[in-house]
Amino acid sequence: MMSGSFASGSSDLTKELTCAPGPIEQVRAYIHDALVVGEMEIRKLRHDPTELLTRAVQPALWLLVFGQAFSRIRAIPTGGVNYLTFMTPGILAQSVMFIAIFYGLNIIWDRDAGILQKFLVLPVPRAAFVTGKGLGAGVRALSQAAVVLLLALALGVHLHWSVTSVLGSLATVILGAALFATLSMLIAIAVKTRERFMGMGQVMTMPLFFASNAIYPIQIMPDWLRWVARFNPLSYMVSLLRGYLVTGRAPGEWSDWLILLAAVVVAQIAAGKTYHRVMI
Amino acid sequence: MDGIDFDVQEGEVFGLLGPNGAGKTTTIRLLTTLIPPTSGEARIAGLDVRRDGAQIRRLLGYAPQTLSADGTLTGYENLLITAKLLGLPKVESQRRIARILSLLRLEEAAGQLVREYSGGMVRRLEVGQAILHQPRLLILDEPTVGLDPTARHAIWGMLAELRLETGLTILITTHYMEEAEAYCDRVAIMNHGRIGAIGTLAQLRHRVGREDASLEDVFTAVTGDTLESGGDFHDVRQLRKRLQRFD
Repeated sequence: MMSGSFASGSSDLTKELTCAPGPIEQVRAYIHDALVVGEMEIRKLRHDPTELLTRAVQPALWLLVFGQAFSRIRAIPTGGVNYLTFMTPGILAQSVMFIAIFYGLNIIWDRDAGILQKFLVLPVPRAAFVTGKGLGAGVRALSQAAVVLLLALALGVHLHWSVTSVLGSLATVILGAALFATLSMLIAIAVKTRERFMGMGQVMTMPLFFASNAIYPIQIMPDWLRWVARFNPLSYMVSLLRGYLVTGRAPGEWSDWLILLAAVVVAQIAAGKTYHRVMI
Repeated sequence: MDGIDFDVQEGEVFGLLGPNGAGKTTTIRLLTTLIPPTSGEARIAGLDVRRDGAQIRRLLGYAPQTLSADGTLTGYENLLITAKLLGLPKVESQRRIARILSLLRLEEAAGQLVREYSGGMVRRLEVGQAILHQPRLLILDEPTVGLDPTARHAIWGMLAELRLETGLTILITTHYMEEAEAYCDRVAIMNHGRIGAIGTLAQLRHRVGREDASLEDVFTAVTGDTLESGGDFHDVRQLRKRLQRFD
């Protein structure tokens, strides 16, 4: 039990403080603060861009080694598209997911370093931190998209290079990264320690990747795996990217967008509501 | 924590003392709305920490125990991001940042990454972040732990200057008895989640019945001078981790 007080002696101050902002002001503050958190993430990246280079290695290996080798086998039905072309959007989605899924580690690190405590004590809506971190993950993922697309260009992969395709792909990358980063934050909030989080991250990445349409079509999967793939957000991200980059337009574009958006909104609300629990 | 009851008056420097694991940091976390109290109540300027967290956070400045400035940003950027999150207008935030950098004597290092700062510079920067919005109450959790005597002296000098200039109320935790004795108006000595003694140095001396007693003597009398004190394994490990960050 505890009881204590800090006497201010100023009734005006208390009146001013207890005057809560209106709903429009709250929304404006939320958007502003989320953008500031996003800006902070970009500034960090600008000071130390080495992680962008190191993280480009894995997708490069998938395209250069796995992609080149499997292109010769021709064992996977790709709907008449060269296998390297088929898998490039999948590798892009996978590399974005791999970066974003470990993003939650940042909030555990920030908590251990005291950075999170300091921010949680600022008069900022806590959901704005979650959205800002999601935005930051999206911006980081754009660099990954640039690397994969440039590599595809260098390898002579036949992609659809229209303005709509590129913009649609980049928007998909930002949304997908925000989704996986938010899911990652939810895991961090639940497990609370770096060691447990790393274990969870390792456990999640491979199943998400292999139970998706990233490197083979859903049609060749056994029934049970198709069901899993349908609940896997990575599948929707790959569908959109494959649509934009291979044919120029995704067949189920709007439904894929809606599903991804809905997943982001639900995950953001859940993470915003529970963000402070990482402290307990 | 068990049955803690204390008031901090406006404009005073109030020290919360106690061995590791006494409950100081938990008290601070409750007052800063980082964790909710399971029972009892705490008020800041008449606002309830359980109910009015958002409003309370508008009048608080807080620097946690760990080195909390972001090492991957420059000193200026740390202040700028905090100012933006506080919603300060651009011109006003530039004015305050310039003023604070001058007060903290960090102007020359403002463009440097914080991971290249000394421990004392980081601590000064953190106090700067905590006072950007001109809070009514500044809460500092062991702001001088791990610093050498010169850096500790500089931190206290800066706090004294700040207090003189703004009339700020300061709630502070520290392990250093000589600092609490020199700079705090009143202290509370916590032990095993309770307040063992509270008051000015004169009142505490009177309590132990020795008019020449130092605060350290009072502390020992209240907490007991046993080998078992000093916190559990977790407390000691956390303290060592924190100190390693100063190396």
